[in-house]
Amino acid sequence: MLKTNARRWRHFYLDRLVQIFVYLAVLTVCAVFLWILVDLLRGGFAHLSWNFLIESPRDAGRAGGIGSILVSTMLILLVALGAALPLAWTTAALLAEYVPATSKFGMLVRYSLQVLAGVPSIVFGLFGNAFFSIYLGLGFSILSGGLTLACMLLPILVSTAEAGLRAVPDSYRLSAAALGMTRAATLIRLLLPIAAPALAAGLLLGIGRAVAETAALLFTSGYVDRMPGSLLDSGRALALHIFDLSMNVPGGDVPAYASALVLVAMLLCINIFAMQLVQSWQRRNTILE
Amino acid sequence: MIWSKYNIFFRLRLTDSLLRGILSMGAVISALVMLLIVIFLILESWSLLGRISPARFFTDTSWHPLEGAYHLMPMLAGTLYASTGALLLAIPLGIASALFIVYYASPRLAKWYKRLVELLAGIPSVVFGFWGLTTLVPLINQIHPPGASLLAAILILALMILPTITLTAYSALMAVPDEFLRNATALGLPRWGMIRGVAFPAARTGIVAGIILATGRAIGETMAVLMVAGNVVQYPDGLFDPIRTLASNIALEMAYAMGDHRAVLFVSGLLLMLMVMMLSGMAGWWGRGHRA
Repeated sequence: MLKTNARRWRHFYLDRLVQIFVYLAVLTVCAVFLWILVDLLRGGFAHLSWNFLIESPRDAGRAGGIGSILVSTMLILLVALGAALPLAWTTAALLAEYVPATSKFGMLVRYSLQVLAGVPSIVFGLFGNAFFSIYLGLGFSILSGGLTLACMLLPILVSTAEAGLRAVPDSYRLSAAALGMTRAATLIRLLLPIAAPALAAGLLLGIGRAVAETAALLFTSGYVDRMPGSLLDSGRALALHIFDLSMNVPGGDVPAYASALVLVAMLLCINIFAMQLVQSWQRRNTILE
Repeated sequence: MIWSKYNIFFRLRLTDSLLRGILSMGAVISALVMLLIVIFLILESWSLLGRISPARFFTDTSWHPLEGAYHLMPMLAGTLYASTGALLLAIPLGIASALFIVYYASPRLAKWYKRLVELLAGIPSVVFGFWGLTTLVPLINQIHPPGASLLAAILILALMILPTITLTAYSALMAVPDEFLRNATALGLPRWGMIRGVAFPAARTGIVAGIILATGRAIGETMAVLMVAGNVVQYPDGLFDPIRTLASNIALEMAYAMGDHRAVLFVSGLLLMLMVMMLSGMAGWWGRGHRA
């Protein structure tokens, strides 16, 4: 009797102990997240102004703003998306609609993308430096930085687009086939428009990944903080600007805080928007089924 | 997939095969990117690998690449110490977070907390590094100088891989069939008994795969670690000693590396990639083995 009672108490206390641990863990994570946000706000909010966003940096970034850096970031992003999107979406359409999931070719493509997704970003930087900057002779330029990023974005763009296409109910394909639509017409007129929100969400995630990247751009798009004149000019991305200000520029902390604030605000907006898109799309799909 | 085999619009079948050709070309190029990366890493490191034995990376006396001493071990050790420490911290916290979302929180709270973790996943590594540099390092410096240390690297890395572990564990726990949990409750198991005895074994495959994924991220992380770890090439004696990891070594020295020095950096890039590929192979093997 005594023994079973002791056992019951032990179970009771263990249950409580685990519960307390779980709540403590959650509180810690929340606290750290808030700590980071408050730190960034306190350090950079006062420095933030319209002029900071449009002026070019002066005195290695200690004075002036981040105008030219935002332009470089956007250009790098555009190059990366321009190269990665067509490749990623054609690959996804082929994998989802044309080849069977178990075929050799499909498995090969999927496996290579899966490995690519795990490659550390600094290795992409090494490859970009060796291939785009030196072998293709693009030098330290926005073009080579953007193309390096494009390689990095491929896996995430393909996997989100493929999942989006696969989530379209089969009844659509059946109806299209019954109507005698060609596969091309089915894909372009029917499946892609339905999957568009999923493609857009993947695109937003890709943008978020690209804007946050530093290591892959270090030796490909370079350090120059002037306003870029063409795609072959070197241009400094926003994330790289934060890195440079905090590591190499004494007294660069306040503009670094402000730049970090801009970057985090941008990414939070992109991510929240992507989440909303996915959520509303899933809701619509369950209604359609 | 179901398609009508014969099409009444015969001419349109030309566009069909054309489109298929375009799509295949895109897929082939995507698959070739991986091959291209491997080829260029090997090509660039071959000028060194072809001449000296790989054993020298582990037996040389020191890391003085300009004088031809290529000892990679201290940096490999730094990578391993930092990743292991981060995993030890992030695994309990991450799994506890997932448990909170699935079993402990009210639906509303769970939704908000999941959002928060997803947003944490979106914060760029350079911002984590910057925050570590301006907040954590001075704090650690007060306890035990110099501040930029293995401990700071572990803390920042743990923060960065926590969302990965939480979100994969969350989807694995959500996939546990409801009837398992109902049966456990019917048997009178307390909540922790149900989690330990039923939910964990059922979700083990997904949770472990997530941890392996997070390990890969921790090994490859460059900028955040570079900013807080102090970057001294040495075996650390304790948590408060500065370290340098393989990945941050590449970022630090690539800017001025020439000739053999450059080649040895590509060798370490190759090494990093092999480690990550081994991990993802392990994850795939583990997933297949346990699903069957």
